[in-house]
Amino acid sequence: MLQPALGARIASGGRCLVPYLTGGLPQADPADWTTTLCAIADAGADAIEVGIPFSDPVMDGPVIQQASDEALAAGANPAGILDELTGVDAGVPLAVMTYANLVYRFGWERFASTMSASGVGAAILPDIPLEEADPWCNAADAAGVETVMLAAPTAPDERLERIVERASGFVYAVGLLGITGERDELASSAKVIAARLKAVTDKPVLVGVGIGSPAQAVEVCEVADGVVIGSAVVRRALQTRSPEAVAELVGGFRAALDAG
Amino acid sequence: MGEPDPTGRFGRFGGRFVPETLMPALMELEQAFRDAWADGPFRSELDKLLCDYAGRPSALTECHRLSAELGVRVLLKREDLNHTGSHKINNVLGQALLAKRMGKARLVAETGAGQHGVATATAAALLGQECVVYMGEVDMARQELNVFRMRLLGAEVVPATSGSRTLKDAVNDAMRDWVATVERSHYCLGSVMGPHPYPWMVREFHRVTGTEARRQMLDATGSLPDVVVACVGGGSNAAGIFSGFSESRDVDLVGVEPAGGAAVGHGIPGIVHGMMSYLMQDEFGQVEEAESISAGLDYPGVGPEHSHLADSGRARYEAVADDEVVEAFVLLSRTEGIIPALESAHALAWVSRERAALAGKTVLVNLSGRGDKDVAQMMDVLADRL
Repeated sequence: MLQPALGARIASGGRCLVPYLTGGLPQADPADWTTTLCAIADAGADAIEVGIPFSDPVMDGPVIQQASDEALAAGANPAGILDELTGVDAGVPLAVMTYANLVYRFGWERFASTMSASGVGAAILPDIPLEEADPWCNAADAAGVETVMLAAPTAPDERLERIVERASGFVYAVGLLGITGERDELASSAKVIAARLKAVTDKPVLVGVGIGSPAQAVEVCEVADGVVIGSAVVRRALQTRSPEAVAELVGGFRAALDAG
Repeated sequence: MGEPDPTGRFGRFGGRFVPETLMPALMELEQAFRDAWADGPFRSELDKLLCDYAGRPSALTECHRLSAELGVRVLLKREDLNHTGSHKINNVLGQALLAKRMGKARLVAETGAGQHGVATATAAALLGQECVVYMGEVDMARQELNVFRMRLLGAEVVPATSGSRTLKDAVNDAMRDWVATVERSHYCLGSVMGPHPYPWMVREFHRVTGTEARRQMLDATGSLPDVVVACVGGGSNAAGIFSGFSESRDVDLVGVEPAGGAAVGHGIPGIVHGMMSYLMQDEFGQVEEAESISAGLDYPGVGPEHSHLADSGRARYEAVADDEVVEAFVLLSRTEGIIPALESAHALAWVSRERAALAGKTVLVNLSGRGDKDVAQMMDVLADRL
């Protein structure tokens, strides 16, 4: 489960690092994407987000979109990715990040139970807001799967309170108005939303979207409990197709967070 | 065709499946629309624009030569005569006024054939708003004239380069833009699709077509039509005209989809672009690419209210092939001196194909747009025949 693992890191005074990797992304032979996944875990991730690619990822920017397209072209599909994860022992908790239609098509209950059987303990579904969450959350709760809820800078305080109440695993603070992708500077909204969330919950608050460098991760973690690193990791995977190169990047984030 | 339920659903379809960033904006929009729609001065201002600027009411034209040819009494609701050449202006003037009322000075839109983009650029010019239109690269190539029109009107046209590079991808990019600029932008969605309140709000802005057509039919023929036919991509022109007749159970409502984009005919329920509706998708839930000779109907989904109308049996949805559409495009041009948009030619193609079953009936076709934009494309298709 995510929440105990992240909670342990936070309790020891550390900051959480959750990298994202697109499931099914082709890597240089003989490695495959699960090799990269394990390398990321070994490099110091506290948990890993595995993207199940969707044809129309409206929350994602060009880097993750390209990775999704490549993975789909290589034959990636939800059942296949969950099946491959069954045989992987990364040593850290896993979460899937995907879009509503893939889960709905699979079946809410069947997806939750298949995740659970595959050893994946949490889900992040960015196009299922609070108002639409019940069918999924009920299925996830019944299967013992955590649902990470997103909280955006546009939400009023009373909405944030309802979001954190529903969230399990961690609360995903959306760092800026916009889609996934690195930015030159940390958006001012990132620390603001983290602080607003920390004021209303004891659950881990991790900031994602728009964090591309170790320095930015350290800066936002002055307030937040940790970071999700997506596009920077996927960009490195696309550019190098090398588990070692991706692990080196993740290790850099780990070292920076540990040094504070 | 009334209000959706509080979750934005028509039956089991609709809802709001969007990134959390957009939820407050959708709630704000719903409230703003409710307030505006109940506000006399807002309605008056919109009515005045629809009359003095867009040219409403649009005519109802009885097609004597076409009727003789088909053996079916055909009348056309002439949305092609509106300013900018299609029904799209009804919705866009409404949304642009609403955006102004909400203090949002930037309009974001998607467009397929370019009609909605041109309408949005037009309204933005009229009201002094900034306008950015996303359009698939493929569609930009086949609708160069409308791209030029939008730019002439002061809009920025941004190519959508992902996926099939058509309407579906333009919607994705417009939504991405809106996620990033939601505090200062209004997403001027072009059909009865997307997250609540759009399907409802856009239908209400198009209701004027159905209201006028009902009155005009009674004036012209003394009775309601037996059948009302309209093309369906997202389904905004169909929703507009259906709304004038849905309470009259004796009137058949027929939506005509392209064979390569028959979301109701071949789709299964799914979630994309903020809504649950019939959707063309593969076994894993990946959205399939629609194919149609008409860029405006090149969309794998359909508005949620149409899915509900189909499920409830109040409307039926038929599909026609591209070659039937081309024949209908020529037929109306030759018999009535009216060159229809390829979208509207879908509705005519169905009437032509079903002429035997429709013999002796009165059929009202919503001619949603004019074909000027399609002439260059059809010059190639018809090169050997003319």
